[in-house]
Amino acid sequence: MIGVFTLFSAFPFYWMLITTFKRTGDLMKRGNNPFIYNEPPTLENLRVLFFDTLYVRWLGNTLLVGVLVVVITLLLAVPAGYALARLTGRWGEQLGIGIFLTYLVPPTLLFIPMSRVIGDLGLQDSLWSLVLVYPSFTVPFCTWLLMGFFKAIPPDLEEAAMIDGESRLGAFVKIVIPISVAGILTVVIFTLTLVMQEFVYALTFISSVSQFTVSVGVPTFLVRGDVYFWGSLMAGCFIASVPVAVLYNFFVDRFIAGFTVGAIK
Amino acid sequence: MVDRPEWLGPLMIGPAVLYIVLLVGLPFFLALYYSLTDITAGSRTLGFVGLRHFTDIIGTTKFQTALKNTFIFAVGSQVVVIVLASILALAMQRDFRGKWLVRFLILLPWVAPISLGTIGWLWIFDSVYSVINWTLEALGLITQDTWPMWLGKPYLAMISVVGVHVWRLLPLATVILLAGLSSIPQDIHDAAQVDGASFWRHLVQITLPLIRPIMLVATLFGVVFAFTDMIVIFVLTRGGPYDTTQVLATLAFFTGIQGGDLGEGAAIAVFLFPLLLAVAVVFLRVARRSEVV
Repeated sequence: MIGVFTLFSAFPFYWMLITTFKRTGDLMKRGNNPFIYNEPPTLENLRVLFFDTLYVRWLGNTLLVGVLVVVITLLLAVPAGYALARLTGRWGEQLGIGIFLTYLVPPTLLFIPMSRVIGDLGLQDSLWSLVLVYPSFTVPFCTWLLMGFFKAIPPDLEEAAMIDGESRLGAFVKIVIPISVAGILTVVIFTLTLVMQEFVYALTFISSVSQFTVSVGVPTFLVRGDVYFWGSLMAGCFIASVPVAVLYNFFVDRFIAGFTVGAIK
Repeated sequence: MVDRPEWLGPLMIGPAVLYIVLLVGLPFFLALYYSLTDITAGSRTLGFVGLRHFTDIIGTTKFQTALKNTFIFAVGSQVVVIVLASILALAMQRDFRGKWLVRFLILLPWVAPISLGTIGWLWIFDSVYSVINWTLEALGLITQDTWPMWLGKPYLAMISVVGVHVWRLLPLATVILLAGLSSIPQDIHDAAQVDGASFWRHLVQITLPLIRPIMLVATLFGVVFAFTDMIVIFVLTRGGPYDTTQVLATLAFFTGIQGGDLGEGAAIAVFLFPLLLAVAVVFLRVARRSEVV
């Protein structure tokens, strides 16, 4: 039972891995058994990927955008999450749910006006357009996650510090942030993975090869008309997928806790 | 002054709210506004055209097909996802050796960048070198002349894109349901055991009613993702063959971004809104009800 499901889930990734080391001649023979190496494995596809395309550059672009978006997200979401958890009353709760709901507004509804706005700002075809727009889906979700996280910290800790003469803000910076490292780290990982996965905006705003991120670069550049560089394509997909997946896997439970809001008590 | 809660709260939350208003709220209203104008990618001025875009597109076969496909794609994939995710979540409840590895493998489709995962499928479905077809042929189920063109035949293409979407959303739904299952207190299960409830009765009368709210949440997210997603379809079929897998999101992209007709593209995308509104309402009711518990 579980075996069938696992096969269904993991097979495409296994397939990427096998294809990565296959010679083109081996891939392009109909009679060949696709499950085995009919010709000796090769590193040629990886060579093409790393030296004949801008793959490394795309990885760098993705990382650059990711880091900048993480910084913006933290600056906006950490204080907001704390304010929602501690300082606001009834309207704070409404606001919290409102912020979370904006996470559900899909890029496919916003990308048309966004493309115009980005053009008017002169950010067309620049990585800065992504840095500007990506926090619009990371901030709502991360604010929500952090709110839950801060709520779980006993208020007594800050109150004790405030009795000792610390201001509310001081208590937040000196007491709350240090014990929230795990929560903040979760937000960092999610922001990075969301940036890595984003496709619609990147496809809409970016048109020159040197500015691509991985999720758009691999599908557009390694397909030339009807010619698919399957070996390199699969290598590019596998390398960009699996490490992220491993990272994500460590944090997935928190993510789900954020998703399910109050449905589990 | 800065330390009084009535000042500090708004001060801390202000920047985030401002950002969201500017980058989600504003574009959202712009989308509504554009849908009433004749704006194009190159134009400097806007002419107001009222509801003309809407009356124009509603009549076209292209739009009606896309609307129908959106529903088929979203509802079809969600039904399959919920059924499979329930089975899988129940199976994953037990402890067994290597569970963490199985969990990791099952989560892969959700955590890997979707555009890249979908390219893996593009290769698996390839018209000439499809591994599925090779296997079926090796098993003697099909011959060289009856190779199915997974992405080239109308019905098969729809089945393929729904299948890949199921593959992508199944992990999320499963993990959400697992969280729901593990939140049921063990003594409820024990009590049922003591009373001698059969497996099915236990499932139908105890387990399912208890995880209904969380199932609803999983379905809601799934519907939103399926309704508004364009990545799977964009990578696999570009809406083809002959628009049989064209959905609202891809149609909006091809019309508004690639065709440059922002007004009409926006009008198509705006059709996604009523659905989102419905989802938001249900979501709020669930959230409110669980606050009471």
